[in-house]
Amino acid sequence: MRAPQRGAGPAEVGPTRAGTTLGARHLYVHLPFCVHRCGYCDFVTAVGKRGEHGSYVDALLAELALERHLLADEVATIFVGGGTPTFTEPAALARLLAALPAAAEVTVEANPETVTPELAALLREHGVNRVSLGAQSFQPHLLEVLERRATPATVRAAVPILRAAGFDNLSLDLIYGIPGQTASDLARDLDEALALEPEHLSCYELEAKPGTRFTHAYGDELARQADAMEGYFETVVETLTAAGYRWYETASFCRPDSYRELRAQHNLGYWLGRDYLGIGVGAVSTVSGLRWRNAPSVARYTTALARGQRPPRELEPLDADVQARERVLLGLRLDEPLPTAGLQGALDDEAVERLEGLGLARTRDNGSLELTTRGRFLGGGVTAELLADSPS
Amino acid sequence: MDQAHIRNFSIIAHIDHGKSTLADRILQLTDTVAARDMKEQLLDSMELERERGITIKAQAVRVLWKGHQLNLIDTPGHVDFTYEVSRSLQACEGALLVVDAAQGIEAQTLANAYLAIENNLEIVPLVNKIDLPQADPDGAAAEVADLIGDDADNVLRISAKTGQGVEEVLDAIVERIPAPVGDSEAPARALIFDSSYDQYRGVIAFVRVVDGRFETRDAVRAMAQGTRFEAEELGFLSPQRSPVKALEAGEVGYIVTGLKDVSKLAVGDTLTVERRPAAEPLPGYKEVKPMVFAGLFPTDSDEYPELRDALERLKLNDGALFYEPETSQALGFGFRCGFLGLLHMEIVRERLEREFDLDLLVTAPNVAYRVQPRPDAEWVEVHNPAEMPNELEAVEEPYIKASVIVPKEYVGAVMELCNERRGSFDHMEYLSEERVHLVYQLPLGEIVLDFYDALKSRTRGYASFDYDMAGFRAGSVVRVDVLVAGEPVDALSLIIHREFAYERGKLLVERLRKEIPRQFFDVAIQAAIGSRVIARETVKAKRKDVLAKCYGGDISRKRKLLEKQKKGKKRMKQVGGVEVPQEAFLAVLNLDEKR
Repeated sequence: MRAPQRGAGPAEVGPTRAGTTLGARHLYVHLPFCVHRCGYCDFVTAVGKRGEHGSYVDALLAELALERHLLADEVATIFVGGGTPTFTEPAALARLLAALPAAAEVTVEANPETVTPELAALLREHGVNRVSLGAQSFQPHLLEVLERRATPATVRAAVPILRAAGFDNLSLDLIYGIPGQTASDLARDLDEALALEPEHLSCYELEAKPGTRFTHAYGDELARQADAMEGYFETVVETLTAAGYRWYETASFCRPDSYRELRAQHNLGYWLGRDYLGIGVGAVSTVSGLRWRNAPSVARYTTALARGQRPPRELEPLDADVQARERVLLGLRLDEPLPTAGLQGALDDEAVERLEGLGLARTRDNGSLELTTRGRFLGGGVTAELLADSPS
Repeated sequence: MDQAHIRNFSIIAHIDHGKSTLADRILQLTDTVAARDMKEQLLDSMELERERGITIKAQAVRVLWKGHQLNLIDTPGHVDFTYEVSRSLQACEGALLVVDAAQGIEAQTLANAYLAIENNLEIVPLVNKIDLPQADPDGAAAEVADLIGDDADNVLRISAKTGQGVEEVLDAIVERIPAPVGDSEAPARALIFDSSYDQYRGVIAFVRVVDGRFETRDAVRAMAQGTRFEAEELGFLSPQRSPVKALEAGEVGYIVTGLKDVSKLAVGDTLTVERRPAAEPLPGYKEVKPMVFAGLFPTDSDEYPELRDALERLKLNDGALFYEPETSQALGFGFRCGFLGLLHMEIVRERLEREFDLDLLVTAPNVAYRVQPRPDAEWVEVHNPAEMPNELEAVEEPYIKASVIVPKEYVGAVMELCNERRGSFDHMEYLSEERVHLVYQLPLGEIVLDFYDALKSRTRGYASFDYDMAGFRAGSVVRVDVLVAGEPVDALSLIIHREFAYERGKLLVERLRKEIPRQFFDVAIQAAIGSRVIARETVKAKRKDVLAKCYGGDISRKRKLLEKQKKGKKRMKQVGGVEVPQEAFLAVLNLDEKR
């Protein structure tokens, strides 16, 4: 991305579709506050600062007002992520939710220990219809390694509370590959998660980012366990699909339902390469071939917006080539064939042929490309190989 | 100057015994170089030489001392450059033999002393570094006197560092070394003992005039090659170029030839003057033959033209360097290069990387083999393992006569090492009560990889080592091929004694298993002799390779990550659809670490 430019925004630098129905149909809202920063976390977060929640929500709403013209008249999905959105001071959270546009899918991320009947009611009252619950694990020793505040009991308790409030679309996040996690620990986590019958599951392998406190503490142990944990991804996929879930995206699973679409509609927007507007500190937007990221500092964010200015941003124009490459790398995460019309320039034909030969990819006569099951387990490396050389 | 007032001499010594310091001191004492201009070790002009403390290219400097013209012809000190030492010695009448007072005689002291004796040089022995606290001048003097059959009283005791005794050295040069005895009236003859290339003036020949005289503008001919040129400038080094009108019998100097192709003027050839040519050339030098070979490939195949140009330019100043184009399936286009020895190889590689900014991949070195493919067929020389036929009638490998000098407590360790390397004991002698000179016959092929390192480590650094080529002898060697995913990797083939093939093959595939990253499929790594597999390992296929999550805020970063991954793959060499990193090709080089 380019160097940050204070106050620069798409209204000045890029083509916009203000006032048309063609604007972004997906809105992301970032609430950075957490009670504590977990060792493995690499999101933009701010610990505590209860007194600032109100002014931060003011800033969010100011940014939304400034960029409202980039949104379509009908917004399809809203995702309120964090941070821990449900840690946000309730009055501020309520004010934010009330001010958001209506959408068919409105998701809020929640940590189990924050889920109370009051919170559940607040979310329901303000149009939230999907909750993504950061369970991560049901084993006390693993939750401790992750520095999570929840206990297995609070994780188990959160789901019925949300159900009782009327939520019929819940997602659970699980993390695997945690230092010290045995194969039976993983099996127990999956069983516990399935017992709660969530509509959706997101399962991520723990990423130990170089230089983080977490890697410093556990890097050696993870390296020792790498061989033992190599099969965990397969275990996750096999267990969840055996339980009837659809492995519709690399790390995402949903219950099939003949009456409802239970894939995460908001995330599907990213994976299908659609435009999205992101507001909040550190939030990223991609609209009409321009991507920008708000600066990750809460203070700079609120100060700028309090003056009616856009927050400092890094801009990244996406040319047609880059957009095509992103379509490939995102599209191949899904379990549906990727139509390759218009994407030929982004694909390395020789690699496609080689990977087909290895049983990792498949082209279809109708001009689409998909990964085989094994290809999906190797999706990162396979996609890297499938992509044509970048011109730069 | 008349020949009676000329002395031509070299300084010979084991590495680090103080040869260059003595040379510097001589330049200073004779006011050739003012103290303020004194760079340490002036004769070592290449950056690399200065850094490694060794002299690679011989140069000649003229100094004046008490009405005499002294020509100091420098010689390289290292085992790889014996040939260059011998041609420098041929231009001299005498040599200063320098021995470290604390170390005593070392292997190169012996080798160089023998060379000087072979060339009928008058040897002036001297013990250096007598200022060191641990110096034993009498012990060292006794050793060197014994070596050259002289009286210990005739061994000079000096400190080149402090200057103590150096004037006496200059006097001894005048007194003990004979003056040249060429015929100054005869047709001109001069030996080329070195050459260098100047980008503005072309080839510059360093010569020792034996008979007659050469003048500026003379039409000159190289008698063996027939190359003709005009002597554009004559002169001597002091140490900068100092032009003169003529070079006369007995003198040492340079001739600017204006030739643009260094190969037109071979070191060892005789120059004469066209207007009155000599009938017979001077006795020539033996032709230098590279004995160690390795493939040099650019890491980035686009740099092939740069590598070619760099080798051409290096060759201008390094006649011993040999190269020819080589194509490897695994490594692409490069050159098979021949070197005098391992240090020579290392120096060439470093100069290519440093002076020409090239990123190189050097394959494991091997020696030259003589091969008879079928009965009655012609013998051919093989420089590359990939060219070694699987079936052959007979093969010969080069042997060396190795000299090792060690304190007596390490004799057992050295013998054990030499035996492991298929050596046969030749003889052994005590240089003093403490130190032993061991002589072994060894196949050169057992030396090229790491013998010197092993010797150093098993003798705690006390051993000194030198060798002479000892001809080709029948061998029992086989070619071990490496197959990755069923495809032979030519750059990894090696030639090895039959007895070591199994063990080495096993080690090699084990090492490669660790170097080759896991792929999307199982990769078999095999070592084979002909069609017989002698060792096998498998690099297991990857089971997972995904970027865990990818939402709106992650896309740019993930895209860049995949693009970088793709570029990384492109840099690896593809063998049988397997990405083999460059490090894997170096695995063969390090095999012996565990041996």
